[in-house]
Amino acid sequence: MNGKYSREITVAAALGLLLVALAIFAPNFFELQPLLSRFTSQMPALVAAIGITLVIITRQIDISIGAQFSMCAVVAGLVAAAGMPLGVAVLAAVGTGVVMGAFNGILVAWLGLPSIVVTLATMVTWNEMLRLWQQGRLLPLPDGIQWFGLSQSAGQGVVIAVAVVLLLAAAWAMKNLAAGRHVYATGTDAEAARLAGIDPKRVTFGVFVLMGGLAGLAAVLNLVQSPQVQPNAGDGLELKVIAAAVVGGVAITGGRGNLWGVLLGLLLLANVNPALTHFHQPPYWERAIQGLVILLAVVADGLKRSKKTA
Amino acid sequence: MKPLLQLSDIRKSFGAVRALKGVSFDLQPGEVHALLGENGAGKSTLIKVITGAHSPDDGTLTVDGESLRSLTPSRARELGIACIYQQPALFPDLSVAENIGLRLKKTSAFAKVKHAEQRALALDLLKRVGAEISPDAEVRELSMPEQQLVEIACALGSGAKIVIMDEPTASLTQKEQHLLFGVVRDLRANGVGVVYISHRLEEIFALADRVTVLRDGESVGTHPVKDLTEAAMIQLMVGREVAALYPPAESEPGAVVLSLKNLGCSASGVRGIDLEVRAGEIVGMAGLVGAGRTELARILFGITPADSGQITLNGKPLTLSSPRAAISHGIAYVPEDRRRHGVILEMPIAHNITMAVHPVLFPGTWLRFKAETAMAKDFIRDLGIKAYGPDAPGGSLSGGNQQKVSVSRWLATKPKLLILDEPTQGVDVGAKSEIHKIIRNLAKEGLAVLMISSDLPEVLGMSDRIAVMREGTVTAVLPGDADAHDVMAAALGQSGKEVA
Repeated sequence: MNGKYSREITVAAALGLLLVALAIFAPNFFELQPLLSRFTSQMPALVAAIGITLVIITRQIDISIGAQFSMCAVVAGLVAAAGMPLGVAVLAAVGTGVVMGAFNGILVAWLGLPSIVVTLATMVTWNEMLRLWQQGRLLPLPDGIQWFGLSQSAGQGVVIAVAVVLLLAAAWAMKNLAAGRHVYATGTDAEAARLAGIDPKRVTFGVFVLMGGLAGLAAVLNLVQSPQVQPNAGDGLELKVIAAAVVGGVAITGGRGNLWGVLLGLLLLANVNPALTHFHQPPYWERAIQGLVILLAVVADGLKRSKKTA
Repeated sequence: MKPLLQLSDIRKSFGAVRALKGVSFDLQPGEVHALLGENGAGKSTLIKVITGAHSPDDGTLTVDGESLRSLTPSRARELGIACIYQQPALFPDLSVAENIGLRLKKTSAFAKVKHAEQRALALDLLKRVGAEISPDAEVRELSMPEQQLVEIACALGSGAKIVIMDEPTASLTQKEQHLLFGVVRDLRANGVGVVYISHRLEEIFALADRVTVLRDGESVGTHPVKDLTEAAMIQLMVGREVAALYPPAESEPGAVVLSLKNLGCSASGVRGIDLEVRAGEIVGMAGLVGAGRTELARILFGITPADSGQITLNGKPLTLSSPRAAISHGIAYVPEDRRRHGVILEMPIAHNITMAVHPVLFPGTWLRFKAETAMAKDFIRDLGIKAYGPDAPGGSLSGGNQQKVSVSRWLATKPKLLILDEPTQGVDVGAKSEIHKIIRNLAKEGLAVLMISSDLPEVLGMSDRIAVMREGTVTAVLPGDADAHDVMAAALGQSGKEVA
């Protein structure tokens, strides 16, 4: 398949196939409440995936998002535990994320350092700071934080609504705002963008800041789903969302990809584990299957590229 | 005597561009044979055929009596062909001895490197080229000419019988030049054949035995150097009538739009530029590759800001520190490397066209697709861009049409000054004359145009005035009806009167 949306269609087909198989062989999968819970639990990753998609389209990478997520969660948790209203906790989480994102952005955009090294360094730094500071303690949250103080199903509704609205807004902005096009232009060819009067440094910085802010929001959407904060809540998040982006057709070489593919990629990868459970297979296969899916996506990209250049 | 190298009727095309249209050339043992020609005459392609980097479409190569259809780089090396490029291709993190050893000794990947032997070999070769370079020095610490000497040492060490030198003195000081000339004469005395490429006529007179002149991909003659004068050489290089295909100037130039006083930028080697461009005027900018023309354009577009002198636009002094600043002052720059910097191939042409006018076309924050499509359609119609529509990706267009898209992007900014860098490079003949008409019409509408071009007939045919650059500065400003001779003489650093 070589159409413009061939990747999205392929991933959607794979996801559809999986769901049909589940519907036939394990209809329990579609019980409403567990399904809703599983879907809700993926929303923080979806919000973080929006950020990483923009970062990758700009031809950068951010592997510190798991650490940012953990840091934001702890800060929000402490603010909430101190008796502040939830709104203040949200602001604190987003603010913390923005500061950490700006730090990455300054180093990458203005000092021209490679983002993989910068964010590796900040990932380790934030994680170790958290470990020294919190010593791995679970942070209990006061009442009225879990599910925003609403009933569970209403709370889940709010979490899903926030994430979906963010996704819609981001997808709309990438298509309809000049800023969105500047992101694509910078990722395709930063020098060409600069000659056209776009400031690639500002675009890169902005994308990292946005990533930080979204990591903070994602942390809040995760925090409200449980009665306490785990100081390592974000461990492994970076791999999960980068994998979702790659499977969803975002080119790791920048300039290409869209958020709908990423949503599909995330759902496909996230459904591997519950599907295994419902097919009564050992869950150890989860990582191996996810790895295989990522590998298939990368190989497909490679084949497409070599065909184009041949 | 049997020639070392004989090329007969070599042809090579790249797509629609015919780079070599039947070149014949021969090299005798113990001869320095100069290769002369304008930019784009086919010298580089010819060298690449000799070194095996390109295989010719037609014609034969005879190396040392052996006839070949084509060569590969490794076969060429085995046959004793060595090429010293302007930019030495050494490994900067390895020592001189390691570089020489790597080039000359074929060993298996797991054999122990014989360091002492390698060092002795390097020392011997460096002495033979008369270079005072330690074999233990890291190549990154060496100057450009020192690196060239290492390259020559490699060529010597490989026992090359044919040595090609591509503008070897471009970055050398006077003293280093003399050193190099000595090495070339040594090579000749040892029976090596040297193909020597240079734009400096005095070097050709000092070194070469014979000279072959290329023009438009054809060899127009091989002569003993002692039979030629400088004027005759220049005549051979340019010797053609400018075709009367160019649209005539119909308007009188208006007020001065751009004025440069003593402009310079030490980082890019541009210095002491005085130049004026008027409204409705096309100023052609001629010169050899590396004369600083693109560097000047990059200064004017704020990419590498000037550090001395004064830029005045419409009477107002300006500092241009970024492309954004230049755009906001009404300067537009259609860059040379259109595939890299001009058109984003993955993006639809509509996006490409509006890329520099987002703030104007889309007041407020969001894009207006109707306005964008309308603008793209206007340009597609006005400039005759051949594409299936505004949504066609830039990469699906031909070179000429990509160039029109690149020009459209900059016309959309409604500039006062349009800088074009090699506007018709790699464009087929039909699209070329269309682009010429577009440029002339823009000037007619009052735009000030600065057109950099290495295509001499284009400069002569299009320009109202011709500025010639050489070694980072404008050395002559000639009237639009100047002849090819005068322009080439100024570009080569000969005064126009001498050759006239």
